[in-house]
Amino acid sequence: MSTIASPPRPETGELAVLAKFPAGSITPQEGLDQPTWIVRREILAELARELRDNPATRFDLMLDLGGVDFPDRTPRFDAVYHLYSIPRAARLRLKVPVDDTDPLPSLIPVWKACNWFERELYDMFGLTIEGHPNMRRILCHEGFEGHALRKDYDAARRWILTEDKIYQPHFDLPNDEDDLFERMTVNIGPSHPAMHGTFRLMAVLDGETIVASDVEIGYLHRCFEKMSETHNWQQVIPYTDRLNYCSSFINNVGYCRTVEQLLGVEVPPKAVWARTILSEFSRIMDHCVCNGTTMVDSGGLTNFWYMFQPREEIYGLLESCCGARLTVSYGRIGGLAQDLPPDFMERCRHLLAIIPPFVDDVERLVEKNRIWIDRSVGVAAISGEEAVNWGWTGPCLRASGVPYDVRRAHPYDLYDTVDWDVPVLYGGDVYDRFRIRMLEIRESLKIIRQLLDRGIPEGGHITSDPHVALPPKEACYNQMEAMIYHFKLIMDGIQVPEGECYSMVEGANGELGFYAISDGSSKPYRLKCRPPCFPIFSTFSRLIQGGSLSDAIVSLGGLNVIAGELER
Amino acid sequence: MNIVGESWVTTKFENLEDWAQRNSFWPFPFGTACCAIEFMSTLSSHYDVARFGSEVVRFSPRQSDVLLVAGTINDKMAPVLKKIYDQMADPKWVISMGACACSGGFYRAYHVMQGIDEIIPVDVYVPGCPPTPEGLMYGILQLKERVTRDRKKHRVQAGLRAEEQSGKTEEAVDRVDDRVTAPA
Repeated sequence: MSTIASPPRPETGELAVLAKFPAGSITPQEGLDQPTWIVRREILAELARELRDNPATRFDLMLDLGGVDFPDRTPRFDAVYHLYSIPRAARLRLKVPVDDTDPLPSLIPVWKACNWFERELYDMFGLTIEGHPNMRRILCHEGFEGHALRKDYDAARRWILTEDKIYQPHFDLPNDEDDLFERMTVNIGPSHPAMHGTFRLMAVLDGETIVASDVEIGYLHRCFEKMSETHNWQQVIPYTDRLNYCSSFINNVGYCRTVEQLLGVEVPPKAVWARTILSEFSRIMDHCVCNGTTMVDSGGLTNFWYMFQPREEIYGLLESCCGARLTVSYGRIGGLAQDLPPDFMERCRHLLAIIPPFVDDVERLVEKNRIWIDRSVGVAAISGEEAVNWGWTGPCLRASGVPYDVRRAHPYDLYDTVDWDVPVLYGGDVYDRFRIRMLEIRESLKIIRQLLDRGIPEGGHITSDPHVALPPKEACYNQMEAMIYHFKLIMDGIQVPEGECYSMVEGANGELGFYAISDGSSKPYRLKCRPPCFPIFSTFSRLIQGGSLSDAIVSLGGLNVIAGELER
Repeated sequence: MNIVGESWVTTKFENLEDWAQRNSFWPFPFGTACCAIEFMSTLSSHYDVARFGSEVVRFSPRQSDVLLVAGTINDKMAPVLKKIYDQMADPKWVISMGACACSGGFYRAYHVMQGIDEIIPVDVYVPGCPPTPEGLMYGILQLKERVTRDRKKHRVQAGLRAEEQSGKTEEAVDRVDDRVTAPA
């Protein structure tokens, strides 16, 4: 259990790096939510290495890479990198203006996390990456033509996948094949229970050992980012529910916070309080599913039923708040969709009383279980340093000994006012990834208990700014202004001022970030979601290499890969 | 312990077969997204779909008779779904669970299939995003009735084929159609 030391002044380190590069190749951009540099692509590779290795900057985590299309500008595209330094708790955004004709250097040698992100950049925007080992589409199917997130691509234009175009695996095979065994290629998924329905794993086996493997995703790519560009700011909220559908409320909060930051809206204390509590309940739900399915994958069905019961009970709470069980859409820009139910407190107290016995039961069943220990300890292990390089965040990273938690490093809502610990384990294997979630469930309960003891804060559940939140129904019926505001909000949507912002929350499986760009209209110009499990799952091939096939099955569940969020 | 005592019923073998089939579905859960989580809820002890005889989920298309499509199917997944459906043995039924599987839902987008009935026939559509477990159970109960009807139809069609092979005229077709559309 540890905390991150308070960061030094963020400017000093970056200035040292800036001075090393020729004038004009880096232009700092002022007035944004975080330090932003516009970088010429010629020096990008060198700069990236410098930023990572220079002890004054140490940007060890590549959080996110996305593109932005400006059809009227030359060069037309921006490749936007979001970097983070865990030891310094500092952030940096790099924007690289680029055209689709000139290639970007691949940054995989610096941050392995770039591997899939660069493929996504190619898939969505058609930007070419120089030096990428497997430059093919990742989310859209191989029969797709055009690049979907370009502004001139019609949102509803579909392509048919024909059999001759189905993805062929790419293996990095070692050259040490002996003649004793014939190697065999096994395909698992996408419709396979161990692959959770939507992933495809192709593995080359030498006996039972995996020599090399390739993972194909995209079977649940539902065009979240394109959809958010065609809907107005409020209408995006239901889409965010369906990113990580195991804990949809956290997504609501993450998205709303981003837009609130752009708008500069103050959220009333009651909404902040309820958001914190419901986020923690959502985290518990998510961990329950994750640990439950991990056990199912390894043959322990009982735990799954045990872990599902707390979920059902929490569904009851969410249903009483907003009427939906799973995809809640309870968050709103500026607060919550509606007021808390009158029995909110009692329901929460009831949950606090009944959840711990289930957690205890599962822990007693599993933690010292010989079969489980044999199957999980040391399996698919990864060191903290390597995990950071692969872009890991969240419980999986904390199971590898790196205590990075957004709630502690960059507190939001009420997390800095309650007393809780960041659990850290050091094994980095399947067993620790399981255990850390059990520990986090207890920490979440601790947070909720403290908040409940404070009582429900006074005031409304949503901001009273009529440009952001709908006026109360009663006012709409009786007052002229209220009715006009209501009409304007419904017809035109919220007008978000021009600007851009990256805002993050601690999702159930890592840092969930939203990078929003507004051009001043009622729709997002660009909304990039930073999916925590995307970089985690890109490591899967590396994790299972050298292990047996059955180890691969066990290790998938603990990574908590949620297809809706992975592929958006 | 002999609860029933020495009792017996007479029935036609076909009716016995119908009764068995409609009370024990073996669903293939083709779960891809959020609906799959609600399907898990339906399966788990709180809702316990075993009460309706549908808890024996089989992940092999060869062993299942109901394809339960839970979640968004996109253009990349479509060939997979079609192949799974083709691999299932007759008689087989399809439940389309949730808005995405029924119609694409609110994903009117470049990579999402606008309803699985673009590629496979659907017997029961369950609305909702996602449907509640109660909704899914209602769908399963609807399917029960459908199964009774369908099996009858299958039998009649089998009879039709037999008649055709034995050289009967086309009058048989009309007669058979009448019997198919008649209420169960």
